[in-house]
Amino acid sequence: MSEMIQTVLIELTVNGRRRALTVAANHTLLDVLRDDLELTGTKECCLVGECGACTVSLDGRIVDSCLVLAVEADRAQVTTVEGLAVDGHVSPLQQAFLDKGAVQCGFCIPGQLVAAHALLAENPHPTVPEIQEGLAGNLCRCACYQQITEAVLATAEGTDR
Amino acid sequence: MHTFAYARPATLAEAVALLEAHGPAARLLAGGTDLVIRLRDGTARPAVVIDVKQIAELRPAIHEDGGRLVISAGTVMTDVASDERVRRSFPALAEAAAVVGSVQIRNRATLVGNVCNASPAADTAPSLLVYDATVVAEGPGGTRRIPVDDFFVRSGVTTLARGEIVTAIELPLPARKMGAVHMRRTRRRGHDLASVTLCCGVDDAEVTRLAYGSVGPRPVLMIDESGVLADPAAADEAKAPIFERMFADASPSPRSMRASPEYRLAMLRVLGARALRTAIDRLAQG
Repeated sequence: MSEMIQTVLIELTVNGRRRALTVAANHTLLDVLRDDLELTGTKECCLVGECGACTVSLDGRIVDSCLVLAVEADRAQVTTVEGLAVDGHVSPLQQAFLDKGAVQCGFCIPGQLVAAHALLAENPHPTVPEIQEGLAGNLCRCACYQQITEAVLATAEGTDR
Repeated sequence: MHTFAYARPATLAEAVALLEAHGPAARLLAGGTDLVIRLRDGTARPAVVIDVKQIAELRPAIHEDGGRLVISAGTVMTDVASDERVRRSFPALAEAAAVVGSVQIRNRATLVGNVCNASPAADTAPSLLVYDATVVAEGPGGTRRIPVDDFFVRSGVTTLARGEIVTAIELPLPARKMGAVHMRRTRRRGHDLASVTLCCGVDDAEVTRLAYGSVGPRPVLMIDESGVLADPAAADEAKAPIFERMFADASPSPRSMRASPEYRLAMLRVLGARALRTAIDRLAQG
């Protein structure tokens, strides 16, 4: 495709489900997830890649979906917070966030969860500095960093070495 | 975001033709971590956005070729930071790539994009200057190899000509042993732009290469061949005037909100001295 177009038909897999839709070239992946696919767990906040509220996994790597054009996700695998539950139940990490009181206002939590899932997938037993670095792109205005870190540690402890 | 046309060329030739046809009305899209912000805030208003990620020649790849390590334009910071050959031969570049933005940004931002944006604060620029990197550009006139020191002009401006696209960064595999380190100063730990970003390399011929950014319109490279800086036994009083000559070109903007010029100039000297000590230590450790 080298002709120039302002709307594009894209196909992508979101949380395991194949989707095909026409998107505007100037719409972001975040716009399409929230407005077209009605997956509003992913949050819109700073829109400059600072806060991480819009974090999703794109082909196995976390990205700020506010900085990805929807057309760039053509043929990609996307996982949002809605895709973290296992058989309709919260994941162990999600449960640990609840148990540790890591969820206050909750706005940043979808992004925190997606980032923490990716961290644990790559590094099942992270140290505290590794958790802090892995989640440095996710800001929490309620300042629950301590509890979020504890939740990630608790999840790692529940995983076999 | 304003409307624009989107093109996704499959070959380098198509991309060059599009760039040549549209000139300044076209912008290249790689990781998008800078461009999408500028599309949204209106500081970039291209008629055409050319996505380079489907171009076969630019696919993410780091490979050795004739005594050089070649990092393709599609290669993201995460992969530069974790690559074994980069970590072994160019550790300061791996360190710099590892502190750009956050995990989310490093998974998307490319090394070539960092260079092409020509931000004075680009974290990878000082190490590329120390390692004597070459920018490879493809254009209507063929391939051009530009020493990275001749590439930067000022913020957002490079010596690329109309129709040219950067395809790779090449790093000559060191002929001599070198100890090198990247250091930076930020307002907070974690995700932040650098108030000072700096790289120092010392080789076994006692040549010291010092490069720094975020203290002027473009990153700067200075070289000391006297052997005084590289000498662990040399007195601080002997090193001080050489450092002062190396930092003479630093001219931080008084308008930046990140740090005052006085602070940046003070930290430049602190980081310079620290980085030199670390580079000497690393050289000694081999």
